Amino acid sequence: MDDNKILEIKDLVVHYITDEGVVEAVNGFNVELNKRETLGLVGETGAGKTTTALSILRLVPNPPGKIISGDIHFNGENLLEVEEERMRQIRGNQISMIFQDPMTSLNPVMTVVEQIAEGIRIHQEVGAKESIERAETMLELVGIPKERANNYPHEFSGGMKQRVIIAIALACNPSLLIADEPTTALDVTIQAQVLELMRDLKKEFSTAMILITHDLGVVAEICDKVAVMYAGEIIEYAAIEDLFEEPKHPYTVGLFGSIPSLDKNVNRLDPIKGLMPEPTDLPSGCKFHPRCPHADPICSKQDPLTTDVGGNHQVRCLIYEGLVEPKEVL
Amino acid sequence: MYKYVLRRLLYLIPVIIGVTFIVFTIMHFTPGDPAQLILGESAPEEAVEQLREEMGLNDPFFVQYFTFLGNAARGDFGTSYNTKNPVFDEVFARFPATLKLTIAGMIIAIAIGIPVGIISATKQYSITDNVAMILALLGVSMPNFWLGLMLILLFSVNLGVLPSGGDAGFTSLILPAITLGTGVAAIITRMTRSSMLEVVRQDYIRTARAKGVPEKEVINKHALKNALIPIVTIIGLQFGSLLGGAVLTETVFTWPGIGRLMVESIRRKDTPTVLASVIFLSLTFSIVNLFIDVLYAYLDPRIKSQYQ
Amino acid sequence: MDNKEMINGIEVKTTKKRSQLAEIWRRLKKNKLAMVGLGILIILVLFAIFANVIADYDDVAIQQNTAIRRQGPSSSNWLGTDHLGRDIFARIIHGSRVSLLVGFVAVGFALIIGGLLGAIAGFYGGRIDNTIMRIMDVFLAIPSILLAIAIVAALGGNLFNLMIAVGVSSIPRYARIVRASVITVKDEEFIEAARAIGATDSRIIRKHIIPNALAPVIVQGTLGVAGAILSTSGLAFIGLGIPKPQPEWGAMLSDGREFLRHAPHITTFPGIAIMITILSLNLLGDGLRDALDPRLKQ
Repeated sequence: MDDNKILEIKDLVVHYITDEGVVEAVNGFNVELNKRETLGLVGETGAGKTTTALSILRLVPNPPGKIISGDIHFNGENLLEVEEERMRQIRGNQISMIFQDPMTSLNPVMTVVEQIAEGIRIHQEVGAKESIERAETMLELVGIPKERANNYPHEFSGGMKQRVIIAIALACNPSLLIADEPTTALDVTIQAQVLELMRDLKKEFSTAMILITHDLGVVAEICDKVAVMYAGEIIEYAAIEDLFEEPKHPYTVGLFGSIPSLDKNVNRLDPIKGLMPEPTDLPSGCKFHPRCPHADPICSKQDPLTTDVGGNHQVRCLIYEGLVEPKEVL
Repeated sequence: MYKYVLRRLLYLIPVIIGVTFIVFTIMHFTPGDPAQLILGESAPEEAVEQLREEMGLNDPFFVQYFTFLGNAARGDFGTSYNTKNPVFDEVFARFPATLKLTIAGMIIAIAIGIPVGIISATKQYSITDNVAMILALLGVSMPNFWLGLMLILLFSVNLGVLPSGGDAGFTSLILPAITLGTGVAAIITRMTRSSMLEVVRQDYIRTARAKGVPEKEVINKHALKNALIPIVTIIGLQFGSLLGGAVLTETVFTWPGIGRLMVESIRRKDTPTVLASVIFLSLTFSIVNLFIDVLYAYLDPRIKSQYQ
Repeated sequence: MDNKEMINGIEVKTTKKRSQLAEIWRRLKKNKLAMVGLGILIILVLFAIFANVIADYDDVAIQQNTAIRRQGPSSSNWLGTDHLGRDIFARIIHGSRVSLLVGFVAVGFALIIGGLLGAIAGFYGGRIDNTIMRIMDVFLAIPSILLAIAIVAALGGNLFNLMIAVGVSSIPRYARIVRASVITVKDEEFIEAARAIGATDSRIIRKHIIPNALAPVIVQGTLGVAGAILSTSGLAFIGLGIPKPQPEWGAMLSDGREFLRHAPHITTFPGIAIMITILSLNLLGDGLRDALDPRLKQ
């Protein structure tokens, strides 16, 4: 692994084993991330984004979740092989996570400053007093006055809570930050503020980041690279400009078609037809084929490989393997 | 906080008045003439009638009730038909014994229930969990007076290591306290387990783990503090069944508490003593619940802040 | 299999209540412990119904026989005899009649009164709610067994008074449960919709609120029968049961106390009978709760 690379995930497979069947949440996920880089992980609910993120921290709830195979290399260590104690030292210290729902992600019976200080105390050898002081500094950094340090989570608004969560995540200056839909649960105006805060802090702390979202607008604003996930697989992976200028996969194209545009005059949105397949009963071949406008009989039989279409722009579609003729110009 | 306690304290007054009313009304229906009971079967008719008048038994029901309430407020619950002593003194003298037994029972219940419940929850579906849950199920299904008799059979009759009755020092407290505490221990175990399982699934537990908090602290600090809120509620409610259960346990172990006094008084048709006993125990229960409510506010900042 | 799914499908369309109960039953059937509980309970009920076929009341259950006093289990007296030479097995079978009858009737009574009060309180809210629930609070302030003791002590021990005593003391519990579920259901949109199309209060209560409050009430009711049986035997144990010589588990236990040293079986077996009964109800109640809220079982 070269020095600049911070994270490399290879062939990650995660299943949820339930009474109703095996849910193949993540199926052969590959991704690389450099220091200070931001990767956007885009996809619909149930595409396996959160599971991937939890796998990096080894926090997939078990049972029913189980990491079946793969490697997660982080700063030269394979996280799927290290001892639990070592993993614990990494969590919150070198890799932090911001969760989706700020309303439920804070412990209701602990003051916010205590919740920030806890991580500092665990990972950095400082006493109680010092950790509280540092936690207060973190609070001010995310824009919450020190006077409110001893308040409880219920005394804050959603946006403020998410700021607290950001403070918790960044308290130990991690080299990788995973943000799982950090703004989805917030009001639109607050969303912008929180995003800006995250971008500023990321720069200040020079942290690499994986941003999980289903909002392409958010991706455009802060990401360097994007991975589009569908049914547990990355179906397209590219630098931000490449993806936005020239989306390749029919699903990605469909995603852009679902967003209203101010530039073009269109009468109707063109959403992707159909629903995400049942995770316990994924289609054979290309998992997108039942919804794909270009689908050919071969799509239901052959699993597409990852094809590099140039400039490290990767697509997982039989069209780019030259096996399927697109129905219209992409 | 102070306002909250005050509010709860004030609320206690109508509840206590209500309790006295209910119990007084029920006991009022007791067949038999109290005056006759006091003076005996052979007493002359005039004497009985005179006593009836003195005791106010000829007054309308509500007059009798308010007289009773007025006297009770001054600590006068009447005289025992049996001993002719003031009922208040009789009941109050027995109070420490009942309190000792109930508290001992609760200590056993909590000391077993909470740790076992936590272990069960953290090792869900393990052998430990299954055994604990089976024992808890047996615990809630067992009549405590029967358990008491079985304990006497084993430890007093067969092994001869513990006394089977009376209140003479620590050893005599062991069996009654186990008898009384077992059912509640089982209930607390079950409650702790389900409450912990519920809490452990919450997002903030995931946040704590993602912070790198050691698993032990995740459970004992983050999860337990939240899980305790419903557990404390149950503990408060169960105090009532302990005070009630004490009546049976005290009977089994000839424990000199209010419960046994009550059972004896029922046999002797000593209505004032029964009445005072029920009111006394209910009052204790209400005060415990007040205390629990305050504790509750202390545990849950969301409740506390409503009253600041 | 297909057929059943189809029936379920139709039921979903016709009545919400039926399909909800059918779904609960489907989940309950998967729970082995609950089925064991239900099985035991059915056997106990059958024993109670056919008690006289198994052992005649006059000839066996209350028939004293000084020649065979306090004998241990044998082939002629499976569970031995008591201090008056009566067959304990026969007395336990006949005793189950009292326990089950008081248990079910008392809970039924408490459920109807408590449920009605809770429904009224929850549905109308405001002052009515306040008045009813404050009265319930007062009842709850008296530990239920003490309230039952006071009632039986005043009215005297017989079957009817036991039912009343045990029933009254559990009214507040049902009032609270029903009120809580009514309040949650009341603000649901489908109630508003029903109101919007002109349904009367009584129709809304009958057709929408009661079916939705049913689930928690069934669970509490099952566990409540267990509690009622425990209370009944507790009352009998301290001499507040039905008149002798009719057998009752708690009274049998109490009778055996004196002979604990030499004839412990007199005390042991009625206690086991109580425990098995309560256990079966608890297993069933737990199973019902899990079936109603599968999330809790994970």
